[in-house]
Amino acid sequence: MPLIAARTQLSPNVTRLDVIAPRIAEIRQPGQFVIVRRAAGAERIPLTIADADRHTGIIVLVIQAVGKSTRELVALQPGEAIQDISGPLGRPTELIAAGRALCIGGGVGTAVVHPIAQGLQRRGVRVVSVIGGRSREWVIFEEELRRLGEVLVCTDDGSYGRKGFVTDVAREVLAAGGVNVVYAVGPVPMMRAVANLTRPLNVPTIVSLNPVMVDGTGMCGGCRVSVGGATKFACVDGPEFDGHQVDFDLLSDRLGTYRTYEQQALSCHEEACRAGLKN
Amino acid sequence: MKERLAIPRQSMPEQDATDRSRNFQEVNFGFPEQIAMLEAQRCLQCKEARCMAGCPVMVDIPRFIRFVAEGNFSAAAQSLLGDNALPAVTGRVCPQETQCEIECVRGVKGAPVAIGHLERFVADWARLQGAPAAEKSSPAGGRKVVVVGAGPAGLTAAGELVKSGHDVTIYEALHQPGGVLVYGIPEFRLPKKIVDQEVGRLQQAGVKIECNVVIGRTYTLPELRERFAAVFIANGAGLPVFMQVPGENLKGVYSANEYLTRVNLMAAYEFPNADTPVLLGKRVAVIGGGNVAMDSARTAKRLGAEESMIIYRRTLQEMPARAEEVHHAEQEGIRFEMLAAPVAVLGNPQRWVTGLKCVRMELGAPDASGRRSPTPIPNSEFTVACDVVVVAVGTRANPLLTATCPELKLTRRGNIAVDADGMTSLPGVFAGGDIVRGAATVILAMGDGKRAARAIQNYLAATPAKARRVVTPPLLVDKNAVRRSV
Repeated sequence: MPLIAARTQLSPNVTRLDVIAPRIAEIRQPGQFVIVRRAAGAERIPLTIADADRHTGIIVLVIQAVGKSTRELVALQPGEAIQDISGPLGRPTELIAAGRALCIGGGVGTAVVHPIAQGLQRRGVRVVSVIGGRSREWVIFEEELRRLGEVLVCTDDGSYGRKGFVTDVAREVLAAGGVNVVYAVGPVPMMRAVANLTRPLNVPTIVSLNPVMVDGTGMCGGCRVSVGGATKFACVDGPEFDGHQVDFDLLSDRLGTYRTYEQQALSCHEEACRAGLKN
Repeated sequence: MKERLAIPRQSMPEQDATDRSRNFQEVNFGFPEQIAMLEAQRCLQCKEARCMAGCPVMVDIPRFIRFVAEGNFSAAAQSLLGDNALPAVTGRVCPQETQCEIECVRGVKGAPVAIGHLERFVADWARLQGAPAAEKSSPAGGRKVVVVGAGPAGLTAAGELVKSGHDVTIYEALHQPGGVLVYGIPEFRLPKKIVDQEVGRLQQAGVKIECNVVIGRTYTLPELRERFAAVFIANGAGLPVFMQVPGENLKGVYSANEYLTRVNLMAAYEFPNADTPVLLGKRVAVIGGGNVAMDSARTAKRLGAEESMIIYRRTLQEMPARAEEVHHAEQEGIRFEMLAAPVAVLGNPQRWVTGLKCVRMELGAPDASGRRSPTPIPNSEFTVACDVVVVAVGTRANPLLTATCPELKLTRRGNIAVDADGMTSLPGVFAGGDIVRGAATVILAMGDGKRAARAIQNYLAATPAKARRVVTPPLLVDKNAVRRSV
């Protein structure tokens, strides 16, 4: 079973797990993800591979703890194991070969943008990253992205970097011209806003979608999204798509399918925690 | 002889329909020993046993039944397990009524021998005894063979190949071996424990299974061909087909694959004790008429649906589902809405499913499949209220693996093309089960596995292991000669 080599708290509810998964570390490409099942009875969760090192065999997973499953996952400590990791899944990012790319990351999405920026930089593409969070402690992967190019930071409350949304900063970068492509990953409203910003400018925009998934191999169809009016399976046709063609309303709507169940699972979990049955 | 003919077909004891429609425990209890022996005595031990010809894996049916009749269950088990890698599975899910039992001479006047029930009896007897693992054959002459997919076809092929001494590894994409046996077929028809035990027996016999390996992603087919002497592809037909009607992306519309995977593989029926949820519909409409549709409708009922219905565009007579499944579904109170085809899924402003708009069908002339083809009756639209829709109208071939190997010849539908032995267009690469057939049955997949295993053995025998790269011995240099040439 894949062992956890290191665990780092990146922001109040975002945790980085370095996991030993040599085959995946060896062949993963930007944009690809894994499906993780923490233990027997746990959910299968899709997580983008934020980074990897083929020499140490380590892959980096960045997890926002929102529900029971993600909370249990981030509670794992170095030396403990994750029961199942399968991958790498999904199509690799379509990277441009030259020019200048704008990478936009919102919250935990910044970790998903990172491997894309990495791939671009390796190809000699100039990378400008615009990343943001609610406030200073929510900004992640800044240092990693700085190694790959210019980074502009903003926070909703102005506690770090510029005050405002990533779209505000991105608008200025785009206005200055010379951006060949935009990669944007973050909450659905952010990706929608970026797509709306770049559409009139005709700047190709790629977004990474995170619908509900089960198997991750195209078998269940739970992750279906609508792109350009056609139904696609994010796990095998994506997870990255042309942001100008994505039906974000449908995505955000379908993400709410299990909201009441998630709340129920979480409250059962919290009750069990209080009773001292779980940590 | 007369006495034997006088014995009536013994019926399978089963859970009461009302009770079972509210739980996930197995419907059938299985034959007690005395009943099994009685039923076995009904077999006439035909010399030319037609039942065997009807069996895709060619189980020697009269032989194991004879042992049961004699009360020699261990001999029966040995006989059956020698022919069939997964008898506890096939004894439960095979459509015996259209395969072995339909050929039984006892069926000419009266009821055929209950071959399936007897198979299940013997397999369960063996499981409870902790059947001795098939002895590991010596690995001498064994070659490395890889099987893609731990479903019925892959498990069968692997079982056959280790028996003949090969070193077999199965790569499974999901976290648990079994394929459709664990993600598709519900607990109440085939308990997971039974699949685990059958898989465990194969592992004891030497089959290595590695889960979470997705061929086409983790490794490609060309990589497997490099590392193994032969490849058997049995990765199933894993791409769900939707109806292509408006409203299909509303919340509450599932593919049968997703619905059943959530409930079976991920145990959503135990939520919140298991972490994966499934929407608990009050009124569940299942579209389709196959076994998967029956499984979905019966699952919905067990999850607490007040009404669970099958919507099918033909009639009960044309339904491809097994008779036993339809019968059980009827007993459990599943509603059958026949001659109806959905034209749209209806939803509320919050985009939850509220119903199905259907059109009434009538049956016209027989089509290519020999079944009368349904055509819509004009102005016959009607609405069915429901809050969950499960689409069980079939699957297509998953292109994940085949996309990594463009030289592999496919059929027009994207299935892998094979010859009579199950060999693909690539030498040493074989395929079987649903990736070749499209959606079929467990036993046909197992038959493919068995046939491919034989073909792989022949192939390996005909292509000796790659000779070690011949190392050229260092040239014996005649120093004098060198000197001379200088």
